[in-house]
Amino acid sequence: MIQAKDGRTLKFHIFRYNPQLEGDEPKMVTYEVKEAPGMTVFIALNEIREQQDRSLQYDFVCRAGICGSCGMIINGKPDLACRTLTSKFKNGEITLLPLPGFDLIGDLSVNTGTFNRAMSERVGTWIHDEQAAEKSLDELEERMDPDLADEIYELDRCIECGCCIAACATKRMRDDFLGAMGFMKVARFHMDSRDKRSDAAWYEIIGNDEGVFGCMTLLGCEDNCPKDLPHQTKIAFLRRKMVGVKV
Amino acid sequence: MNVIYTDSLVIGGGLAGLRTAIATKQRGLDTIVLSLIPAKRSHSAAAQGGMQGSLAATIKAEGDNEDVHFADTVKGSDWGCDQDVARMFAQTAPKAVRELSTWGVPWTRVRKGPRSVVINAERVTINEKDEAHGLISARDFGGTKKWRTCYTSDGTGHTMLYAADNKAIECGIPVHERKEAIALIHDGSKCYGAIVRDLITGELVAYVARATTIATGGYGRIYSVSTNAVISEGIGAALPLETGVASLVNMEAVQFHPTAIVPVGILTTEGCRGDGGLLKDVDGYRFMPDYEPEKKELASRDVVSRRMTEHMRKGKGVPSPYGDHLWLDITLLGKEHIEKNLREVKEICEYFLGIDPVKDYIPVRPTQHYSMGGIRTFATGESRQLKGLFAAGEVSCWDMHGFNRLGGNSVAETIVAGMIVGEYVADYCESESVEIPMSVVREFLRREDAKITAIIDRTNGEDVYELKYAMQKIMMDKVGIFRNGEDLEKAVQELEALVARSRSVAIQNKIRSSNPELVEAIRVPMMIKLAACVACGAHARTESRGAHAREDHPERNDRDWLKRTLAIWKNEADDLPTLGYEDLDVMKMEMPPGSRGYGKAEIIPHPDTERRVKQIEEIQSSMPDVDRHELQKAIMPYELPEKYTGKNERIGVGFE
Ligand code: SF4
Ligand code: SF4
Ligand code: FES
Repeated sequence: MIQAKDGRTLKFHIFRYNPQLEGDEPKMVTYEVKEAPGMTVFIALNEIREQQDRSLQYDFVCRAGICGSCGMIINGKPDLACRTLTSKFKNGEITLLPLPGFDLIGDLSVNTGTFNRAMSERVGTWIHDEQAAEKSLDELEERMDPDLADEIYELDRCIECGCCIAACATKRMRDDFLGAMGFMKVARFHMDSRDKRSDAAWYEIIGNDEGVFGCMTLLGCEDNCPKDLPHQTKIAFLRRKMVGVKV
Repeated sequence: MNVIYTDSLVIGGGLAGLRTAIATKQRGLDTIVLSLIPAKRSHSAAAQGGMQGSLAATIKAEGDNEDVHFADTVKGSDWGCDQDVARMFAQTAPKAVRELSTWGVPWTRVRKGPRSVVINAERVTINEKDEAHGLISARDFGGTKKWRTCYTSDGTGHTMLYAADNKAIECGIPVHERKEAIALIHDGSKCYGAIVRDLITGELVAYVARATTIATGGYGRIYSVSTNAVISEGIGAALPLETGVASLVNMEAVQFHPTAIVPVGILTTEGCRGDGGLLKDVDGYRFMPDYEPEKKELASRDVVSRRMTEHMRKGKGVPSPYGDHLWLDITLLGKEHIEKNLREVKEICEYFLGIDPVKDYIPVRPTQHYSMGGIRTFATGESRQLKGLFAAGEVSCWDMHGFNRLGGNSVAETIVAGMIVGEYVADYCESESVEIPMSVVREFLRREDAKITAIIDRTNGEDVYELKYAMQKIMMDKVGIFRNGEDLEKAVQELEALVARSRSVAIQNKIRSSNPELVEAIRVPMMIKLAACVACGAHARTESRGAHAREDHPERNDRDWLKRTLAIWKNEADDLPTLGYEDLDVMKMEMPPGSRGYGKAEIIPHPDTERRVKQIEEIQSSMPDVDRHELQKAIMPYELPEKYTGKNERIGVGFE
């Protein structure tokens, strides 16, 4: 159960910058918040906004760690702010920065939406099967091996939060690098028996330095993925597959 | 003037919105989706447990079909639903599950042979048939006769939403993100689109469309604690209300989910109990069998929530700094099952409570969860007052759920409604030649712009957060699980005062571009009006039906209350909505009102009920040789887009 270590004063050091406001400059601003039992960064930010600065921008939707809206850099690590308990930080100092690698909307809010859509279009994150549309919805569905369904779900759990993108050194150096989120999508659809793309077709998408050959396997992605996706195994697998493709 | 033209404008990028958009796009119409957020972040993703569809592949679903699903849905609704719509839904749901399978949802599949499950606190082994191997499986959920809830672990909504959004991307449907519709463009009889505010630049744009579909989800955030996402503030429902013409319906029908964690109100899925989890009290005692010996923890949601509340009122709750709660015990399901089928629940417990549900009990309490009411539409999804305005999903009330929704039926409704309503939207776009009166568009743009200017310019006024919290508290304290005339009357009076105060909101952060306080200032006055509709409807309805439980009127009164509550906001100067009523026609029902089989049924019958029962018996005995489909058609014919009328195949019975 939630234990109350009540009464502590937390210091939030928050990146502030509104590109919409002419003349605004990026700066760090410190806010003090009295810690409450079970307090998350989500709860603290709401309190700061309501009681101290109404202009503070950030994104939360589900506040339950499932929608991927609230990725930010929390004391140096990309993570989901909604499920980060303030009690985790022993000295009560919490520094918040927006996720790098995405366009800044303002303060802690970044535009993951346009990035993710572009990634989706690039990878083709949908089932490619020319026959699919002809299947009758009245008839029994195509069977699938139960284990395969479970394995696909493991990868389908990605919430597109962007933490792996923010943690990736390669991505920071090369804007056109697909990044781990994209690799996980490739691995997911590659594994899916319903997707009829050949390895050669996948090679077109990731068989280059912007793709899987550019990855330095430093695994910032796996270390920071809030859904614990198996980046290391899957990136290694894709690499092996792609090396084997005859072009 | 900033104008964007399209054929089909869809407001809301969750499952209902995306599926509607896909339908209209596939019919060749230019389609745009508006969303507050990236579509994949929509609240649909939070539906954990699964979607009902009578595929009947698992052995525990043997004998299931549309008829059984229909009957469960009608009973669950406490006979408040529109039975035509429940039929349309039950017929289309299996197709929806199968379609999503072709779009990539990795539905959990049946594995042939023995498997160990927990039923009524005991481990039993069930044997899945060879012929079912690899077909889509299902789990048990409350208020259902069969195991009918198709699922992917406990991330069903997430996988469905991703599949639907990916399909939308494949179809090339633009999703205009971080846009908020703040008013409908209409002339009192037809809707022409919406005035939309860009949440980054603050710019206002008129999206002009042949047809406009609202699919923005529920309004749980009018309560202080809700399982809903923080964006589920009901603005999509408020837009038609603001027209003064279009009506909302059954707004008092609000569902409380039995098992949200305490204190933050995050949901743990009904799948916990469906898979065998138990509810326990302060003494570790399993109390549900005492109240509901037959269905126990798997009674309908409204029933379980009330029983839990009753039990806590008897002093059996577990005291905590956040008030009393009860325990959800899933430890008996075992580590392997939890880590595979309830892993989101496990994560939530770990991160938000610091406990491990494999070993520890989960603190839970009934919490606002779902809005059965919403925008009143025909069975086609079209508004009954404004042509060209449609609604789908939780925000709408074509009335599939009546006064209580079954678990697994909402995420199913989103996609089924999108399939069906999308076709009707396309029909409308193809048949109507829409003359857009540009003067009307201009006037709406000007008006909304002036409203925002007024908010920004006002130097002295009401604090928007203060108003919001006051509203939420009223709803929590006085319009909750158990209701009574006295509290409801106070709630109505207090909300009336808040409506008046909300006309003079002032803000501190005076900029037009991205400004969270301005967003609140636009939304909160609309939310308070919605809250007033809920409270007024609840106050006027002097009976108990489904989730609407009046302590001072405990009986279900079919004689006087077999009707829907309509709410419109006639004049902008009004401080309360105007209520009206719409009768349900017993003589048209396939299932005349009866008992749901919970507790002791107190029902004041409708005078037509007996007559209709007889009539149906006569139809049945006059057609002894027809199959169930023919018989159904004779009793209650209903319409559905042609493409969804085919019979559904199931193992063992084929297309029977
Ligand atoms: S792979 Fe993990 S870190 Fe990357 S976007 Fe998906 S959930 Fe987030
Ligand atoms: S392994 Fe390193 S370089 Fe490769 S995607 Fe992950 S973080 Fe980026
Ligand atoms: S708000 Fe949804 S993951 Fe944090």
